[in-house]
Order: sequence, then C-alpha cells, then structure tokens
Amino acid sequence: MSPPLSHLEQIKAASRLLRGTIADGLADPVTGAISEDDNKLLKFHGSYQQDDRDLREERRQQKLEPAYAFMIRARLPGGVVTPAQWLAFDAIAREHANGTLRITTRQTFQWHGVIKHRLKSTIAAINASLVDTIAACGDVNRTVVSSANPVESRAHAAAYAWAVRLSEHLLPKTRAYHEIWLDGEKLPSSGPADQLLPQAGEGKPERPAAAHASLGTEESEPLYGPTYLPRKFKIGLAVPPTNDVDVFAQDLGLIAVLEAGELVGFNVAIGGGMGATHGDPTTYPRLGDVIGFVPPEQLLSVAESVLTTQRDFGNRVERKHARLKYTIDRLGLDGFKAEVERRLGFTLEPARAFHFDHNGDRHGWIEGEDGRWHLTLQIEAGRLADTSGRPWLSGLREIAKIHSGDFRLTCNQNLIVANVAAADRAAIDALVERHALDGYRRGSAIRRHAIACVALPTCGLAMAEAERYLPELLPKIETLLDEHGLADAPILLRLSGCPNGCSRPYLGEIALVGRAPGRYDLRLGADFRGQRLNRPYRENVTETAILEALDPLFARYAAERATDEGFGDFLLRAGVLPVETPRRIPAEVIA
Amino acid sequence: MSAEPIRLPFSTLPEDKAALLARLVEGLEPAALYWLSGYTAALAAPSGSALRPVAIPAAPLATAISRLSIIYGSQTGNARRIAERLAAEAEAGGLAVRLVRAGAYPLRELAHERLLLVVISTQGDGDPPDDARGFIEFIAGKRAPRLSELRYGVLALGDSSYPRYCAVGRALDARLEELGAQRVLAHTDADVDIDSVAGPWHARALAAAREALKAPHASATVTPLRPHASVAAHSRERPFAAAVLANQRIVARASERDVRHVELSLEGSGLAYEPGDSLGVWPENPPALVDALLGALSLDGEAAVHHDGRALPLRQWLTREREITRLARPFVAAHAAHAGDVELNRLLAPDRAAALGELLRNRQPIDLLREYPAVWTATELVAALRPLTPRLYSIASSRKVVGDEVHLTVGVVDYEAFGTRHHGAASQFLAAAGDDVRIPVFIEANERFRLPTDATRDVIMIGPGTGVAPFRGFVQERREIGAAGRNWLIFGNRNFHNDFLYQTEWQDALRDGSLHRLDLAFSRDDVMRIPRKSPHIPVRTSQQKIYVQDRLHEHARELYAWLDNGAHLYVCGDATRMAKDVHAALVDIVATHDGRDRDAAESYLSDLIQQGRYARDVY
Repeated sequence: MSPPLSHLEQIKAASRLLRGTIADGLADPVTGAISEDDNKLLKFHGSYQQDDRDLREERRQQKLEPAYAFMIRARLPGGVVTPAQWLAFDAIAREHANGTLRITTRQTFQWHGVIKHRLKSTIAAINASLVDTIAACGDVNRTVVSSANPVESRAHAAAYAWAVRLSEHLLPKTRAYHEIWLDGEKLPSSGPADQLLPQAGEGKPERPAAAHASLGTEESEPLYGPTYLPRKFKIGLAVPPTNDVDVFAQDLGLIAVLEAGELVGFNVAIGGGMGATHGDPTTYPRLGDVIGFVPPEQLLSVAESVLTTQRDFGNRVERKHARLKYTIDRLGLDGFKAEVERRLGFTLEPARAFHFDHNGDRHGWIEGEDGRWHLTLQIEAGRLADTSGRPWLSGLREIAKIHSGDFRLTCNQNLIVANVAAADRAAIDALVERHALDGYRRGSAIRRHAIACVALPTCGLAMAEAERYLPELLPKIETLLDEHGLADAPILLRLSGCPNGCSRPYLGEIALVGRAPGRYDLRLGADFRGQRLNRPYRENVTETAILEALDPLFARYAAERATDEGFGDFLLRAGVLPVETPRRIPAEVIA
Repeated sequence: MSAEPIRLPFSTLPEDKAALLARLVEGLEPAALYWLSGYTAALAAPSGSALRPVAIPAAPLATAISRLSIIYGSQTGNARRIAERLAAEAEAGGLAVRLVRAGAYPLRELAHERLLLVVISTQGDGDPPDDARGFIEFIAGKRAPRLSELRYGVLALGDSSYPRYCAVGRALDARLEELGAQRVLAHTDADVDIDSVAGPWHARALAAAREALKAPHASATVTPLRPHASVAAHSRERPFAAAVLANQRIVARASERDVRHVELSLEGSGLAYEPGDSLGVWPENPPALVDALLGALSLDGEAAVHHDGRALPLRQWLTREREITRLARPFVAAHAAHAGDVELNRLLAPDRAAALGELLRNRQPIDLLREYPAVWTATELVAALRPLTPRLYSIASSRKVVGDEVHLTVGVVDYEAFGTRHHGAASQFLAAAGDDVRIPVFIEANERFRLPTDATRDVIMIGPGTGVAPFRGFVQERREIGAAGRNWLIFGNRNFHNDFLYQTEWQDALRDGSLHRLDLAFSRDDVMRIPRKSPHIPVRTSQQKIYVQDRLHEHARELYAWLDNGAHLYVCGDATRMAKDVHAALVDIVATHDGRDRDAAESYLSDLIQQGRYARDVY
C-alpha cells in the first residue's frame, strides 16, 4: 500500500488548475484572509498571505483577526526593469503596499502589506506594467535568475534573454490567473512568447506580460499536469567569473560558456537547494552537481527533461523531501542523469572548464565592454524605503525619471543602474548622493556583501529576526573586525530567520540561521565563490556567544591568513573546521 | 418578607377574592410578587399588546372620572422612570392611578379622561420617542377629540443643547389646550439634569391631582403593587459598586478612536437584565478636568462648600456631584452675568438660539471659563452647575452566557478642541478604570428593545459603531436558547482593519451558525478602481463612502422578504444621522418592494413600531 499523498498534493489535484475558491475568498468581506487551502494555491499566482506578527497577540486581545496582508512577488526573469516599470512599481508600493519595495535574493521585487481588497487591482496594475506574478511562488519553475554581470555586455544580454525564454517556456498554462486577477482579459503585449528570441546587443527584449494564456482554446497543463511539481523548482544562469546567482544553489544551474565573447552553451548543474529543517538530519542544503554541457539550441529540451523527471520522480508524499536534490540523492546522480538523457534522446556532452572568482557583486561604477556604464548600489537587505536620513525609495524614483537605460536587480539584493552613457553619470551620481544611496563607497567590506531574508514581522516561517536585525548586528561585527585590523576584509555574511534558506545562508562564510527570537545557529566556512557549504560551529546561541566565538577566529585570521585568502578558506586550512564530507539522504528515507 | 399581616391596598376586588389574594401573596419573595404582578397584568391586557404591568387593572370607563392617568413617552427610560415614580407616589397618596406608556395607550379612551399627566421626551431635532409617535400624531391630527372635560399637565424632557429643546412636550401642551383641555399644572421643561426639575414637579402634580380628584381615600395606606425604584436592592439612586473584570481596547492601534470592551461584575448585586436593557453608570469626572476648573478659577479644591444641605470639599462636588463635561444654558447665563461679556449675553437672546445650541454642543464649561474669564466663588459654581447625571450604555451581553457579568461597548469620547483635550465623563471614567476601581451602576430596563418572545422569528440588527453592543447580547441570547429564527447583523464603522468591533466573535458566530448573515459597511475604506488610461496606477477612490443604509439598499429585496416574513428589526446607535438615514432607507425599500407610496410605506413602518417589530435604541 502506498502512503497517501501530502495534503498539498490533494489541494492541487482538486484545484481545477490553481483556481480553488480564491475568487470567493477575495470577495468575502468578513475577513482579510482567504482560506488556508486557497493560500497554498495563491502562491502559484505569486502571492503569499501573511500577517503582521508584531501585532498578532495585540489584535487577538482586541477581538480582531490578525493583521492579514499579502506579499506579492513579481516574475521578473533576469531582474531587468525599465525606468517606466520602476516608476509603476514605485507607485504601487506607495499607493497599495507598505511603501517599500523589496529586492529579493532571487532578483525580483516583492511588495508587502497589500490588503485583501486591494490584491486584485494591485496584481492587475503590475500586469499593466508588462510584468506578471504567475509562478513567482508555488510548486513550479520560479522566476529564472541570471547574472547581473555588468562588464561582459554581450554575454549578459544573451544570458538574460535565455532567462526570459526559459521562464516563459516553463510557465503554467492555466487560465486561472487571468480569470481571477485580470477578469479574463489579455493585456496589451507585443506578441506571443515564442517570438521572443535571444537578441544580440544590449537592452531588454520587449516581453509580453502573461502572454501565455491562450484564451478560447482547450485548457490543459501539457508540461506540468494537473498537480504541477512536487516542490518549487529554481533555475539560475551564471556568467563566469561571477557567481552572483549562486548557481550551485539552484535546482538547475546553468554556467555560461563563452568563447571569444560569444555564448557557446552552458554547463549544467542539478540538485542544488538550500532548505533544511532544524533537528532533522534527513533534510539538508546541497550544492548542485555538474553533469555535462549543453549547446543553446538544446537548452529548453534539457530544462524540460530535468523538470519533468523531477515531476515524475519527486516525492509527493513528504513535502520536506520533495525538492529535486532529494530525488537525485534517492535515484543516484547517474540514475537521474540517465533518465534525463533518456527523455532527451541524446547524451550530454562532457562539461567544459569554468572558474568563478566570487559570488558577490561589484559595487560602484563599471564600464562595460560596449562603453556603457553601470553603477552597482548596495541596498541593505534589499529594502527600498524612505526612512530617516535614507530616502532611498524617493531617490530611485528620481533616478528612474531621468534614466534612459535600465535597472538590474542582483541576487545579492543589490541594484544596478545599468546602461548609462558616460555623459549622464554625473547626474546619476548627484541623485545618488542626495538620497544617501552612496553607502557602497563608505560601507565596510562585510556590510557591502551582507544579505538577509525578510523574516519578522511578515514572514510566517521566521523563527528569529533577520532583515531588522542586520543593522544592529553589523556594527558589532564591524567593531570586532576593526579591533583585529580586518575592516577591509571582504567576508560574506548571511543572515536568515529560519533554516529554509532564502538568503542562501549555507553559502555564507559567516551565517546566522534563526532558531528562536534572539537565538541562531552560527555556521562558518563556506568559500566566497558559492562552491562550498558552510557547517555548524555553534548551535542555538545568542548574539553574545556569537561575537565571543568570532573574536578569537578573527584574531587568528588576521595573524595567519595568506594573501587574498578568504575567511572561510582560512578556517578550513587552519583546521578550525573539519573538512566535511557531503551529507546525503539516509537510507531509511529512500526506502 | 416581613411577618406583618398583609394589608391589601384599595382595590376593586370582591371581598372573597381579596382574602384569597391576601393568602396567596403572604410570605412570597419579592421576585415572586413581581412575577405575579406581571402575570395578572398580562391577563388584563388585550391579547398581542405589550401593555406594561399597571398599578391597578385598566378601569372601566366610568371610573375615569375618579382616576389619574399617567402617560409617558420614553426613549432612553427617563420619562418612564419619572412617570413610574409619580404613579407610585400617587398610589401611596391614595389616588387611583393608571400608568401606561404612550405606545400602548388605547387612543379612543382619551375622550373620557378627566385627569391626565404626560411625561414625554424629545429626541434629536424635535422628534417624539419611537413608540409615542402614534399618540402624538393622533393628538396633533384631525381625529383628535374635543377635550373640554380634561384637566392636564405636561412634563417635557429634553436636552437644551439641541435647538428644538422639549419641542414635543411643548407642542403637546399647547395642543391639549387648543382641544379645550384645562391646564392644571404649568408646563414644565426638564433639561438633562431631570431630577432637579422632576422632584418639585412631582409635588405640584400630586397636589394638583388630589385637588382635581378630591380623592376620597386620601388617608388610606397603600402598598404599591408595582415595585418602584426604592424596592430593589440597587437602583439609580442606590447604584451597585461593580468590580471591573476586563477593560480591553477593541480597535486596532491605528484606529482614530478608542473603543473599549468593559466587563463588570454584578455578583451579589441582585441586579438582573435582559438583552436590550441598558446599564446606568455614575461617572466620576476626569481628575485633570477638575484640576483645570479649579486652576482656571483659582479655587481651592479642599475648601468645604455648602449646598443643598450638604457640605463637601469643592473637588468632590466637581468630581462626583456636578456636570462639568456638558454645558447647559443656565450655566452660560450665569457665566455671562459673571463675566459681564456682551457677546455672551447676546447669545442668550431668542434669535440666537442656533448659535447658542452650537456653543452648548461643542464646548464644555472649562472652554467658556477660558474664553470669557470671570470670577466665581466656589458656592456660586456648585449652585450654577447642573447635578451630575448617570450615563446609559446598551448592554452587550446575555446573562445566559456571562452569568453575573455585564459587558459594555464603550466609545471613548476624547478629542482636541479649543486648545485642550476634551473627554466624556463616563467613557473616560470607564476607559481609565483598573482593577482597583468600582463602578457605580444600575440597570435601566428597556422594554421596547426586546428580542421577540417567539424565538422562531427572524431578527435584523442594524448597529454601526458602538451601536453593535446590544446585538452581541442578542446573538449570545439566541444562541443559548437555541432560537430557530435567523439572525442578520448589519454593522458599519470607519475602517475594516481597525474598527471591526468584535470581528473574531462574529466570525465564530457565523461558523457556529448563531449568526446567519453579516453585512458590513466601512466608510473610510477605499474602493479600488483601475483607470483605463494608465492602468498601472490604480486609483483609490475615497469619495464613495459606504454606510449601513447603503447595504440596506443593496440587499433591499431580501430585507423586505425578511420583514414580510415577520422579522423583527432593530436599530441601535447614532440618533442624529444614522437612525434617520436608516429609516429613510427602510421607507424606500418598503415603498419599492411593496408597491406602496411613501406615506403607505411610512405607515407600514409605523405599524411595525406599534407591533414592537421595529425598535430603536438610539442616542
């Protein structure tokens, strides 16, 4: 007797291709929430129901339901935004959300605090700016990330175009999204998705928003089937030597291979994933394995084959073992690869050589090979808001008004004002300075590279603070580093409110993973290239214990490090941390 | 009960029945006696009417000659209370008395009355109490009989901060004269501090009645059958000191107003209430306001002040005995004299009534003292300020659910005006009440606002803002007794996220089936609109404010169907605008769905009021 499918599988199966009773729930005036089952389906539409956890107990006493509000995430493959879109997103943030835009670790925008009766019009407004939100969350291929590489202009353009194309190709085909949010209407677009081909040169291909709905034809999900994937599925494209997308943290990682500046194909890595559960050794972060090389013309087929193999072999009984990484460990890498190749009808070429320098961003002005300029700004925790002394949201609105290039979001929660003519730099610089966006010049090295997930108060999964804690924690670590003469040491700090890993904490040289309010696991020892996981160093400790643990390690690092040796690399070489053997799923789970 | 032999009062009973009655009532507890009085009154009442228990069963027409009829028209219970007290005193004085509420008075008997005293209040902008409408319309109309044999007196209740102060009583007084009746008691207006006027009026009314009836039994001792206030252990005059069990803000932190859910203990008080009743609260004035008054007049709060045969420190007079959060005309007049201010004196002229009304509504005595400085002595001040009156709150609970507790929904009056913060006396007192404070309370019954005795009837409850309070009690009660009828609540307030009073309780009630329908109107919530031209920036339209009456229109067909099916309809909350708008909506709905003209729709609703199926508790 086979065990029953997980509850979520049953919800999906009964959902009539993601409809559920979302529309009824939106219309119910008695609550600001929708039903729990509908909330699971809502994710596929790009939104999570959340509540302000700071207010939960207070409102319970006030005989009021929790302060429900919705997070909306854009599907923004490659993270490129035009100035017009920026202005629209900014207006939506101020008019209908909590007045902030949040750059995510997957290179897209989130709006927080959208109340239920504004949800539909807000999603419609996002679509009107030619960006949709479908499949931004849920058990589907999520928004595809690609390197924000500002130097190799042609390579970036190619990788970006493929990110868009993959994202479009792997979209759900249900019309539920249009029915619920757009009254069944197709919004203005330049043409069907399949006309969109990688284009040489710069700029953003005109991309139809939500053009995937073929109205009036028989509705089906040829790729996904009625129950979609067992779990989320993430694709990332990296352009070496920068691994800013953390390509080995993706279910499907694609490493661009360039010859004489031309894209000739991709190395394929499969089975990366960050999420884990505290105290459950059957769950673990895992880095992707490189299984071969694929030329561009076969990329869509390879992506589809990996995705459908996971669709058919992934665990639909136990959701915490449903990610591709567990499927691969259960079937064995060779077994999984063989199934993919069987579906492809050919074997993958051997992987080509590649090299990554680091997985951070390059801050400041950089000139691209085409003579255009790109300014990478450091945005703390990716949060664009107007706060005291930091009118960042307003600053970027002013920049968007005069900017003729585009904006690129990075997977490190930063922002690139891209494609600026040399003559326009001064005007941008003036606005950057006026709005205190020039922190990238002054901030310490650790500050420039730190990332943090949203966590409290809106994230339902958070066990501890992250984004709100970062500004408190950073000065304390900076002080410590300063004491050891390490103010300029670029150390990769990642902060996460729970073990699910949105901020990819398992790839931080120093990482804090939330256990409870004020308590974290301290993990150390990743490299700065996204190619080695860190490992636990202290479990469930307070800030004091964390700083006490770091202090002597900083002292040794300052004294004993080799030239250009990273903090994580040093800890392993110095024997502070054991050389770890990768964990794999235990046999009893496979059985 | 006392061991004394039962002495029956004057009665029309045959001797054998009187003996039986004496045996029957001997040794009974008060509760049983009250029950018995209600039981016999109900036997006497025409079937279907909700006649109140009367002191003496309705007398045959012939006896009208030797009987005093007291009719009251009451909205908040004050007129009833005064009429009941008068009836009790008249009975005690040996008079034959018939006490009846205006809505239950058989109009055809008016022509036979010889002596009539009326106590009637004026609502809002000159309206009669709901269930006195028929009575007033009859007397004002063409069908009113000549009343040349009638002697009468009218006590008009009102609030002098409204322009049409006591208008209903005044018009009634004039009309009775016009109909040929002889006024035996000068027309009297009573402002919010009713008792200062009602006490002396009682004495004059009794004297006039005695004179008019030349009562033959003036010396007989009579024990009133119907209990009056002093019989109960606790009453308006002898409030119970209730402990505070809970005092919880029930609007979100972002709400512009504070609304509190207050739970008080009635344990040991002997007080009982029914859903629909009100709780009277004797407030203490805000200490800061008392200090401000003392400061503004440079008076010593500890100095003893003699007034009305009592000596208390001034601070105590101002805290517990005098009205300092509401302004009344007499104080304005006194202050104008003290200040010698021309402008203020001008306001008292008859042609400035509207301006004075606005002054009375918007300002507290402290504002006047600051605006028009003057010298007052403590004794003058205590004499000029009105006595403090209790505030009535619609009870928000059912005893079947909360036992010895009583729950209130208190909208806290707290606003900035004329440069300072202003508070309401009782709401501030309750809002600030902690565990150490006892709240002096009493029950004010509201017989006109009762759930249908037939539990299979549907009820429609319209209660925006704190007007939702009694409906919390209604729904609790109907759930507890397993009422088969459906419950439909229409609630409104400013903002869904901040001001949805008792949201989680209503959600639970919808789930467990004790609330069948809930419609909501949040006036400050935006309505989203996506403009065609630039669709990426949706517009919030805030012009379109939604109120409960809009929801009534929206669901007009169902509302009419419920009414047509015998539903009882209740309205609670703001009298000045909401109750009028709701009434207008109901007229529209009835006219539209019943194919009647507006007059016919009005009379349909009047019938509902007469039948006790359209009841209002508005303030």
